[in-house]
Amino acid sequence: MARLLVYYHAKFLSYFRRAWEWCFLVSSLAPGAAARFLDELKAIVGEEYVYYHPEDLLVYEYDGSIDRGLPGAVVLPISTDEVRRVMALCYREGVPVVGRGSGTGLSGGAIAPPGGVQISFSRMDRILEVDTENRTATVEPGVINLDLDNHVHKFGYRYAPDPSSQKACSLGGNIAENSGGPHCLAYGCTTNHVLGMEVVLEDGSVVNLGGTARETPGYDLRGVFTGSEGTFGIATCITVRLLPLPEAVKTFMGVFPDVDSACTAVSAVIGHGIVPAALEMIDALSIRAVQNVMDLGYPEDAGAVLLIELEGLQEEVEEIGIEVEAALWESGPTLVRTAEEASDRERLWAGRKGALGALGSLAPNYYLVDGVAPRTKLTEVLREVAAISERYSIPIANVFHAGDGNLHPCLLFDERQPGALETIIEAGAEVMKVCIDAGGALTGEHGVGLEKKELMPLVYTDEDMDAMRRVRDSFAPHNRLNPGKIFPDGTHYHPPARRPEPGLSI
Amino acid sequence: MAEQQTQLLANQPQPVVPPGSGFRGDDVPAETDMYRCVHCGLCLSSCPTYTTLKVEPESPRGRIALMKAVNEGRAAINPTVVSHWEKCLQCRACEAVCPSGVPYGRIMENTRAQVLSHGMQSEGLRRMSRMFLRAALPHPGRLRLGAHLVKMYQKSGFQRLVRASRFLNVLPGGMAALESQLPDFTGPFFGPSKTVYPARREKKLTVGLLSGCVMPLMQGSTMDATVRVLNRNGCDVVVPVGQGCCGALNVHSGDLETARQMARRNIDVFRATGVEAIVTASAGCGSTMKEYDDLLKGDAEYADSAGYFARMTVDITEWLASLPIDPPVSSLSRRVTYQDPCHLAHAQRITAQPRELLQAIPGVELVEMEQSTMCCGSAGIYSMIQPELSGQILDRKLDNIVATGVEQVVTANPGCMSQIERGLRQRGLSHPVTHVVDLLDEAYRSEDGG
Ligand SMILES: Cc1cc2nc3c(=O)[nH]c(=O)nc-3n(C[C@H](O)[C@H](O)[C@H](O)COP(=O)(O)OP(=O)(O)OC[C@H]3O[C@@H](n4cnc5c(N)ncnc54)[C@H](O)[C@@H]3O)c2cc1C
Ligand code: SF4
Ligand code: SF4
Repeated sequence: MARLLVYYHAKFLSYFRRAWEWCFLVSSLAPGAAARFLDELKAIVGEEYVYYHPEDLLVYEYDGSIDRGLPGAVVLPISTDEVRRVMALCYREGVPVVGRGSGTGLSGGAIAPPGGVQISFSRMDRILEVDTENRTATVEPGVINLDLDNHVHKFGYRYAPDPSSQKACSLGGNIAENSGGPHCLAYGCTTNHVLGMEVVLEDGSVVNLGGTARETPGYDLRGVFTGSEGTFGIATCITVRLLPLPEAVKTFMGVFPDVDSACTAVSAVIGHGIVPAALEMIDALSIRAVQNVMDLGYPEDAGAVLLIELEGLQEEVEEIGIEVEAALWESGPTLVRTAEEASDRERLWAGRKGALGALGSLAPNYYLVDGVAPRTKLTEVLREVAAISERYSIPIANVFHAGDGNLHPCLLFDERQPGALETIIEAGAEVMKVCIDAGGALTGEHGVGLEKKELMPLVYTDEDMDAMRRVRDSFAPHNRLNPGKIFPDGTHYHPPARRPEPGLSI
Repeated sequence: MAEQQTQLLANQPQPVVPPGSGFRGDDVPAETDMYRCVHCGLCLSSCPTYTTLKVEPESPRGRIALMKAVNEGRAAINPTVVSHWEKCLQCRACEAVCPSGVPYGRIMENTRAQVLSHGMQSEGLRRMSRMFLRAALPHPGRLRLGAHLVKMYQKSGFQRLVRASRFLNVLPGGMAALESQLPDFTGPFFGPSKTVYPARREKKLTVGLLSGCVMPLMQGSTMDATVRVLNRNGCDVVVPVGQGCCGALNVHSGDLETARQMARRNIDVFRATGVEAIVTASAGCGSTMKEYDDLLKGDAEYADSAGYFARMTVDITEWLASLPIDPPVSSLSRRVTYQDPCHLAHAQRITAQPRELLQAIPGVELVEMEQSTMCCGSAGIYSMIQPELSGQILDRKLDNIVATGVEQVVTANPGCMSQIERGLRQRGLSHPVTHVVDLLDEAYRSEDGG
């Protein structure tokens, strides 16, 4: 009897819920202007590729950062023409637009402004052409960085910029953020590898920037566009430069008792006049996180580990390799080992590239501060970061591109704890100030986005920022593209996490 | 510059969700598991549904975000949310690549349990659960009877008649489509004629064999091969009577209570045998059995023995590779490709052993296909509940198989075997699709002179 009661009770609840949802569904379609607008969007990209149900929008409210914001609608076009028409429609209706690649950004760049339309490029993922003669590839913006790299490997080439998120992030997002990666120490960031692109402007008009050559006459507009964080236009077709695959690759792992000695080793390597292809540091906390999830061969008792990669001709790599080992040994390591086997190297890199994600095994959230410090001041800056960590009682993990001083202190926290987010943002700002005071910069590679816009005045004067706005205005005079990013406006909003009421989750 | 923006979409009505978590009861996805996801997106490219449909709601990250939203009282368990969860194959590819170690399989199983207890399963799954998962699977007798009937239908020529007449096409309810999905029961059934199959060489160990539910009926010959290969390598094989289905399909569909009953039965039956390991030739079963401890952690009486059972469970490839096996001497001269079953590669992280065994057979050349660890779309009852998406996923798998130019496909799970075989036949291709142990058995048998 009791079971029957429970059964009918559950049944009744589910019918009730369904009726309720049905009412909601109908009402969501009712408001005239919005419904007409949505219909027009559907007419362009197809019914199936416009999301506006609240549950579907929920999965487009985040990127890789701690910011959140529900879009008004999400559209998933498949061609430049569809993008162009969507943009023209939004322009006509005065609706702000934000592009979204894979949503791995770490500065909230792809978070939609309230009521905005998010254009997601996950369906525009074709590699259109690989031109081995001119060493270029032409792709749609949704192509995943690693997919392009793997594809051109077949022809003996590579796409050099390799953000740690390369398995997931899109070329469109890479261009918008001017992304870097471990191997950018030797080869430069995204901007050094983009040759040209087709761009849809805010009013729906289409322009071409750059071309297929490395230098084009006149202003370098593709250079200006790269790193514009989705505020100038939407890239719908991108031509990039390819590099030949190196003949030999060798990776060294230096294990150090503490961060200080690892920093000394960084200076020692660079001091020897060596420019490795990559030079990365992973501290004890990050190692713990990585090894927590999977054994990738990192020593768990180390204070810090350096990963150094050399690439080039066989002989060159051998020769410089000896110097690297010597430089490492000078700085008091506990172990130096080389990985020549591809599988061994891949394991080490999998650890490095998975390190950020692995932090999830230590705490539910991390706030990554993408500050840059001069390489010569690494030791002091990291000491101060450690002091901030202590002062606020916030664990901070460091895993970063040591070669070019691009720090990534990650502040670990649980957003569900009351007040945690506010404390983290305060501590993060302090970390940023330490970098800037040391003569560094606000962002190495993740962009300003939502996350760091209130910190801009730390580095730029009002005149500087006005000049930047004027550049933007020449691309997007109505500021309809990704508004609310980059420049401080006092509106930075972190939606409070809603913790379920303990009493109610029976 | 004037920044005129309208608020066209800003005032869309928001759902009213009751406050507090939408999950209730004991079987809820744990917060410590869900909030391990830092939405980094590194799992997207491994997900079969995301790479096919290319939209975030059909990605691991999206599905977890919806779980968090329900947990935080920001969304209800409603048909839209459920449809995204139900499109998940539970292949656990995302779990294997997640740098943060999100135990996706576990949280999705508990999420499915919530969907079930809220009465929100889709019609297709509800019907399948009632007819098959609860009425048939836990009852080996009923299964065998059903299989005999289908076998008669298939062998008597009646099936050919029905198909030729296109009679089913006029019946409502997609009968023709359902009929075309009928598993093939025409092979011999594995019916243990005795409970102990003695080792053929010097005896080293005694192992128990899970005979399971549909595998002895659909892939009876593979079960026979498993026993022969174990015997050939010095193992007494005990097939205890009274055992039943492992409960994997019930776990995956969220019917944890039925699964627990099935687990308890198997634990009791195997406990009585005193074997040194419990071997299974089905990757899907192995992964569930290795997680019996998780399933029964709230059961004071069974928790310990479930842990013991889980530790005793080994996949046949894992077991044989650890022995190690006597390498067969006669050569098979064959080019094969290996499909990694999801529940072996992702859930049990076993990828090297099956390849080692294949390479131990003289003359066998292993040609790797692209994305061998990507799901084939079978995923238990998924192919019947989501035939369209399953078909798209299968298509990509078949393309990758065909591109290798091999003569035979080898895998290690009954579900994958039938799915790939069906797909190949529909394309008019005749590659044999077998289990790793089938190939080993063939090599041993040709060495013994047939
Ligand atoms: C684990 C992890 C590791 C990371 N490691 C690195 C690293 O090593 N180096 C690094 O630089 N970054 C790193 N990132 C940050 C991030 O991956 C990069 O910023 C990446 O380029 C974002 O690409 P996306 O496709 O995810 O873009 P999204 O996050 O979707 O969007 C980023 C910005 O690009 C804009 N955008 C997207 N597509 C277009 C387009 N077609 N046209 C114009 N604008 C567009 C969006 O509007 C948004 O402003 C990491 C992130 C994670 C989660
Ligand atoms: S890889 Fe793991 S942490 Fe990252 S989005 Fe996927 S499930 Fe979440
Ligand atoms: S289990 Fe498989 S289908 Fe489901 S989200 Fe993970 S990768 Fe995708």
